[in-house]
Order: sequence, then structure tokens, then C-alpha cells
Amino acid sequence: MHIAEGFLPPVQAACWAAVAAPFVVHGAVAVVREVREHPESRLLLGAAGAFTFVLSAIKLPSLTGSSSHPTGTGLGAVLFRPPVMAFLGTVVLLFQALLLAHGGITTLGANAFSMAIVGPWVGYGVWQLSRKMNVPFSVGIFFAMAIANLSTYCVTSVQLGIAFPDATGGVIGSVVKFLGVFAVTQIPLAIIEGLVGVLIFNVLRKVARPEGPVWEY
Amino acid sequence: MSRNKNVLVTAPIIGAIVVIFALSMFLNRNAPEDEAFVGSDSLATEHIEENHSDYKPWFSPVFTPGSGEIESGLFALQAALGAGVFGFALGAMWQRRRSEREAIAPAGDVDAMAARAGEGDRT
Repeated sequence: MHIAEGFLPPVQAACWAAVAAPFVVHGAVAVVREVREHPESRLLLGAAGAFTFVLSAIKLPSLTGSSSHPTGTGLGAVLFRPPVMAFLGTVVLLFQALLLAHGGITTLGANAFSMAIVGPWVGYGVWQLSRKMNVPFSVGIFFAMAIANLSTYCVTSVQLGIAFPDATGGVIGSVVKFLGVFAVTQIPLAIIEGLVGVLIFNVLRKVARPEGPVWEY
Repeated sequence: MSRNKNVLVTAPIIGAIVVIFALSMFLNRNAPEDEAFVGSDSLATEHIEENHSDYKPWFSPVFTPGSGEIESGLFALQAALGAGVFGFALGAMWQRRRSEREAIAPAGDVDAMAARAGEGDRT
């Protein structure tokens, strides 16, 4: 999710950037380590990053009459664990902020927190839960990706709600209003993202074994 | 066998994606041209501008695409770059897998396969 350039007050923008920074740095270290220890996973890593790149560029129409981007971060989080996605997701956000006037430099921290940090961790958590419950791979991937997508937009709603408290409803009221703008639109898109994730995962499973950490489960 | 099962899973998934897509387009076919499928990102910006009109964005994007078409073009470029890398990675992995499988059992080399099968009996 992209909060537009300049649409978070400076202090809040700085706070989100400060919160996001350690995750992104840790993610960069994780990517470097992964490439060094498992050079054969470079292709899969590239595929995970590219998948996020593609999905966040596409605007899909939603049932509510608006459109939005899917996030694509769930897949990378499942394959490589969330720290890697913190870095890859931020790269995507930076690209979009610089070249597409989408999101922003000032809001990079906040957007990274929602899309590159919380989204992947939630998706990873759902995936782990699905493994413990012994649910089929496909079902687990579907829910991991869909819920990662939805959680990203929920965090964005909270961020905007904190920055722009409603006159009558305060922060909570504003969060609810923003959820109304984003979350409902996102539901069909989250479903599409989950379904696409299942397809891609099935392909990768055939093509990328035996390397790739997810097969260790 | 597994190929048939794969089609049985893949086809309905693609079908479901198409249905959701088509439904979105169909349900909103009467929306006025300039309001149709406006991005939710800009909806949020509008919401802020309407309800918190005293807030002024304090920074503007470093670079703005000249027009809607150029913006679409740049988005398409991003998608194309990502898809290109993704396709390359997929193809490379597939080829690597095929090479590994051929190293284990070169296709058509029946004598080698028979010899290997015979080796197993020696213990």
C-alpha cells in the first residue's frame, strides 16, 4: 500500500522510518547471507522479488468500483522468511516512489512497515499455522497470501488514522473510515492474490526442488 | 497421472480469477467514465483532502510522469521488468532441474540404465 508523498506529517513519517529501518537493514543482511550460503537459491530469490515487483505494479479492478494493487509479498515471505521481504519490498517501494510518483520517499518508512514488514510476517505466521494444522500446501499458501495482503492495508489504515484523526471519531473513527476505503476494496483482490499465489507456488514446487527453504518443512 | 490432477486444480483456479475479474467489471459497468475504477490510493488522498482540508502535503514526488499514459507506461515497464526476471528465473530453474535429471538417467541410454540396475543386485 502506498501512502502518497508528503501525506504523513514529518514527525510521524520519521517515526515510521525509524521503526522500519532495523527490519530493512536486517533484511539486506539476510539476503546477502542467503546468497552467500546457498548460491543455488539466487534464482528463487530473484523470482520472489520479481513476483512482488510485478504484482505491485498491476492495478486490478475491484467489486466496489475502485481499483488497487495486490502486494505479492506473501510468496517471498513463505519461501525465504520475512526478513528478506523487508529488503526486497523496500526496493520495490523505492522504485515506485522515485519513478512512478507512487508512494513517496517521505512515506517510505510507513509503506515499508505495512507492505514489507507486517504483511510478510503475517503471511509467514499464517503459513506456519497452516503447516501445524497439516492443511494442504495450496490452502496454506492461499490464506498466507490473502491475509498478508489484507493486513498490509489494515496497517496503512491505522497509519493514516493516526495521522488524520477524525473530528468526531478520533483516531479509531478515522481508522474505521480508512478501512472502509481500502479494506473492502481489497477483499476480492486478496482472493485473486491468494489464487495466483497457489498457481505460482505449484509451479515453483515442481521446478525449484530440491533447493529452497520451504521444502524443509 | 499427476499432469491430469494438475489441470484439475489449475483450471478452476484460473476460472475463479477470471470470474472475480469479470464480476468486478460487470457490476461497475455503469460508472461514469472518469470515476470508474479510480485507484484506492487516490481515494485515500481525496478523503484526506476533503475531511482534513487544512493539511498540506509538505513534500512532492521527486519525479512525476508527464501524463496518465506515461504513468501507465511506467507501470507496464515495472511489470515487464518483474515478469522478465521471473520468467528467466523460472526457465533457468526448469533447465537446471532437467539437467540434473538427465545426469541421473540420460534419456535413451538403455545400456547405462540396465548396467546401473544390475549394480544394485550385486549386494
